[in-house]
Amino acid sequence: MSGLPLDQALTEGRIPDRTPEEVPELHEVGCPDELRERIEELMGRYPDRKSASIPALWAVQRLYGWCTPEGIRQAAAVMRVTPAYLESVASFYDLLHTDPVGTHKVAVCTNISCWMRGGDELLEAFRAAAGDDENFFVTGFECLGACDIAPMASIDERYFGPLEAAEAQTAIDQLREGADVLPGKALEKRPLPGGSDA
Amino acid sequence: MPETRMLLKNAEDPALRTLAGYKGYGGYATLEKAYRELEADEVLKELEESGLRGRGGAGFSMGKKASFLPRGGGVDKYLCCNADESEPGAFKDRELMQRNPHQLIEGIAIAALAAGIGHAFIFIRGEYDSQADVLDAAVAEAYEAGYLGKDILGTHRDLELVVHRGAGAYICGEETALLDALEGKRGNPRLKPPFPAVQGLYGGPTLINNVETLSNVPGIVANGAEWFRGFGTEQSPGTKVVSISGCVRRPGNYEVELGIPTRELIMDLAGGPIEGHEVKAFYPGGSSSPVLTAEEGLDLPYSFEAMAEAGSMLGSGSIIVADDSVSIPHMALRTARFYHHESCGKCTPCREGTNWTVKMLERVVRGEATPMDLDIVASVQENIIGHCLCVLGDSMAMPVGAMVRKFRDEFEAVIAENQAVAA
Repeated sequence: MSGLPLDQALTEGRIPDRTPEEVPELHEVGCPDELRERIEELMGRYPDRKSASIPALWAVQRLYGWCTPEGIRQAAAVMRVTPAYLESVASFYDLLHTDPVGTHKVAVCTNISCWMRGGDELLEAFRAAAGDDENFFVTGFECLGACDIAPMASIDERYFGPLEAAEAQTAIDQLREGADVLPGKALEKRPLPGGSDA
Repeated sequence: MPETRMLLKNAEDPALRTLAGYKGYGGYATLEKAYRELEADEVLKELEESGLRGRGGAGFSMGKKASFLPRGGGVDKYLCCNADESEPGAFKDRELMQRNPHQLIEGIAIAALAAGIGHAFIFIRGEYDSQADVLDAAVAEAYEAGYLGKDILGTHRDLELVVHRGAGAYICGEETALLDALEGKRGNPRLKPPFPAVQGLYGGPTLINNVETLSNVPGIVANGAEWFRGFGTEQSPGTKVVSISGCVRRPGNYEVELGIPTRELIMDLAGGPIEGHEVKAFYPGGSSSPVLTAEEGLDLPYSFEAMAEAGSMLGSGSIIVADDSVSIPHMALRTARFYHHESCGKCTPCREGTNWTVKMLERVVRGEATPMDLDIVASVQENIIGHCLCVLGDSMAMPVGAMVRKFRDEFEAVIAENQAVAA
């Protein structure tokens, strides 16, 4: 396959400086067996193997910390799709990272209910607590579906709230020490607001 | 008025999450009865007669939707449970999946039986990692017990159920975008028609229902349509898990009969605003529903029909309360920013409309706007509504339009105030 036809490249507003990559061969990409087996198992779950693209990208991200170009090529080789196809999928979704991110991911909700209860201040507190430590990836996020514990944050994919701004520092310190994070504020441990069945 | 717990019954018991715990409360008896003794048409008829309306936002009759799928075999049909709960203010499906995953699985299996479906998926938003783990464990247990898989309970019926985790995109809650995402693509909405019941996942007829809708199915099939209609109102039968958040003392999920006074939900169950504050406005059905002022809305019955009559909607059943300390122009901006961020960019009115609405509202709160700009904001909203591929654009235009219309004084005051500061 050569590059895009010139007229098409012009309508895209740019002339490609390299040939789009075809489906890579498995022996070219150095895919770890563990990742290949995982993606093959995922493809087997669906009537159409392409349905496994998001789960496959999750597997890449879990292995490498983010969707690295090498990881995407490896998944593409296993799935028999082009790396560009998987890149287009990865770049669409907020939780898949196509740039390096810190190991610990903190997403602070700044949507309506959390904003009303101090979500912006909480985000600033987490940013200040993490500072320029590259182990942390702190970001504001749209509604995480936990307005009952506003203001809240998702810390390494678990929900915590309602949080005081001061608890941001505590959480970051606990993550640094490898300790249990804010055990009293975990969503899973909350009772229903209306109590047990009357 | 206390809660009326049907879906959240026994939900405080952590054992309910396990198959043994669920069966201890009578779980899976309805699946066994339906698979062994009932014809698909009988189940479908019960669902239609129950009047169960979709709990995801649109409020369409669940039984009718299922009846739109072609009958009989010969074609692969699919069921997708929409667990991509991402509407700001909504967190009821999270609670239902976390506390009672088997109720959902049983509902899916019975709905699949009614519509002759052999493949089902739960599309859960990627942020709900903990809930997806709960579902994975429950689905594995249900396979093990023979409630899912090949030849269920020796009835020669099959059902495969896959938990599919999304990766963070509000638009995937839109049913056709959900289908694209499930097919492994970017989650862009499709043009309708064809509707999913005719041509959905992999081109096959597809039934798409919300978590709460499907969680209602075992109860209806166990107790009958008549029993279900004994709760709620004529046009909104049953109970509803209502997510209440924002400026209230006890935010959370409360399950109530549809039709109870909205005031009781906000002021009694959720405890109302903190001391010294009053309700100013609220979104009755998630951030995409037009806001109602306290005067307009507090005394309405909480039902699909009453909210529609008031020019708003019940939506997903998620109430966000703003008290008198909340600035409505800032709330409008927060709302618009969300839809701007989440717009998939496929169609122009939504992509450009959300973008310019954010820019204009930013000018309003910075004091760089004039009252005429408010007319432009309002007209942009009118030009979005009804002109997009899916309802995402409308979902911003309806609440923002309502805020500008109902709280124009406040918008003008913010402009004047910030101009004075700038000068």
